[in-house]
Amino acid sequence: MKILVTVKEVAEAADDFEIEGTDIGEQYLEYDLNEWDDYAIEAAVQLSETYGDIEVVSATIGPERSEETIRMALAKGVDRAIRVWDDDIAAADLDVAAKTRLFAAVVDEEEPDLVLSGVQAADDGFGATGVSVADEIGFDWAAVVNHLDTEDDLSTAHVHRELEGGIEELTDVDLPAVLTIQTGLNEPRYASLRGIRQAQSKEIAAFGLADLGLDADAVDSPISRTGMYEPETESDATYFDGAADEQAAQLADVLREKGVVSE
Amino acid sequence: MSDVLAVVDHRRGELRDVSFELVRAGRDLADDLGGDLHLAVIAGDVDAFAVDLSLAGVDAIHTVEDGEEFNHDLYAGATAALFESLAPTAVLMPNSVNGLDYAPAVANRLDVPLVADAVEFAYDGGLEATREMYGSKVETTIEVSEEPFAVTVRGGEWPAVEETAEVPIEAFDYEFDESASGARVQGFEEVGAGDVDIADAEFLVSIGRGIEEEENLELIEDLVEVTGATLSSSRPIVDNGWLPKNRQVGQSGKQVTPDVYLAIGISGAVQHVAGMKSAETIIAINTDPNAPIFDIADYGIVGDLFDVVPALIEQFE
Repeated sequence: MKILVTVKEVAEAADDFEIEGTDIGEQYLEYDLNEWDDYAIEAAVQLSETYGDIEVVSATIGPERSEETIRMALAKGVDRAIRVWDDDIAAADLDVAAKTRLFAAVVDEEEPDLVLSGVQAADDGFGATGVSVADEIGFDWAAVVNHLDTEDDLSTAHVHRELEGGIEELTDVDLPAVLTIQTGLNEPRYASLRGIRQAQSKEIAAFGLADLGLDADAVDSPISRTGMYEPETESDATYFDGAADEQAAQLADVLREKGVVSE
Repeated sequence: MSDVLAVVDHRRGELRDVSFELVRAGRDLADDLGGDLHLAVIAGDVDAFAVDLSLAGVDAIHTVEDGEEFNHDLYAGATAALFESLAPTAVLMPNSVNGLDYAPAVANRLDVPLVADAVEFAYDGGLEATREMYGSKVETTIEVSEEPFAVTVRGGEWPAVEETAEVPIEAFDYEFDESASGARVQGFEEVGAGDVDIADAEFLVSIGRGIEEEENLELIEDLVEVTGATLSSSRPIVDNGWLPKNRQVGQSGKQVTPDVYLAIGISGAVQHVAGMKSAETIIAINTDPNAPIFDIADYGIVGDLFDVVPALIEQFE
């Protein structure tokens, strides 16, 4: 049995940043493992620990820089990694359809029984790739999964989908399937020192479009980002200034005035 | 050929708010395109829903009667079939949890570009949509150079249409083979029941990521004790297992309407704000002066919670 986990390295913007062109200036961005994917990795590694004989493979679309993040996934227990990138991909504005073609080609190559993907990426937040890939490769799927049990023969996954307003939908999904994983599903582990050492010798295979049997037009996208700006602040809050004790005194006055604090 | 198809959202027998917002968003886009607005109502009591959706600006309602609840294979299949039949320029779907479960499949099946989680759009020779990035820190404009296209719409961004009208309702003939669907809904569960109902509290002290470590929660518990407030939190605190699910405020947690909501170390992501924006008075403490929580706050303190909260506790001791 094989589980494929999609892993994205995401950019996080500093509190103070400047926009340059259609993106935040590179110097204000820090790169990290996508939070949702951390839960997906943990789910895959836990399944592999429970049942044994499961290979966990990660797949990342990303430049060489993302190997640091991929090593983190390997250190947490992913067995080997695939990184998809080349000059054509680097030059493209990848939309959902383009990412779907890339991941579908990886699935053709790897033939996993289960694909786990984060619900969304913390940076662009489309939240669409997992389900799109499922539809493309003909797997069943469930989106926004916050609870996961499996039959011992791994024929079926019993999942909860986290709906709005504290309601969960209980759904059975037959494998092979794609599940998009919500935060809170489990407690993602920290990489152990041993894991970090082991990760150094694990394989990260690099694939370009040609390796996946795709042409350059596979990453053509009709969607392009044309602008980025900071939203206008609409704040009409009354701010309490001064040192912390002065701020606290003013805040305490408001709370007393509203009558919500009993003394 | 310049029409808009919008798919409404319902759950457990009720149309969700975003359905009425989709009518506004869909009408505006249809006006830009010079076409009609078609609504699709799939599963549940479609006839009753269609009556509720007979609203100003809607040109036709298409119903697909099959089952009680959402099923993504039914939604994706019926939406794609309606799309083939009507040949619209745009298909609009909600960016709800159920929307996330079928909209990408619709776009993939129809081989049309998808813009997800739009907060604004207009058509002028091409679609230009606005969406957020980097956790709501920035907004981006996106242009789509191909037609037709699919867009998912964020809830709460367009005003709901309430004015009623006479709208033709047609049953759409779609054969759904349920046995081909490998995902089967078994039921629903209400989560977050427990000792405390934060929805009843008149004064909520709510804590977010800014608390940094689990042991720092003690500081907030001290504040809660001296003020007689009720403790709630944003999502990351519950995800970390530091507080139970019944303390979570937001889209996937509880909707709260206290007299005073004191948000400590909460940046104010849209999912959180959806759960507390109706509080009578909102007070925010955050180190980041640009945190979106200040946009909806009545009172704000730009400062470190580890300085301000101990000083606040002193005020009431």
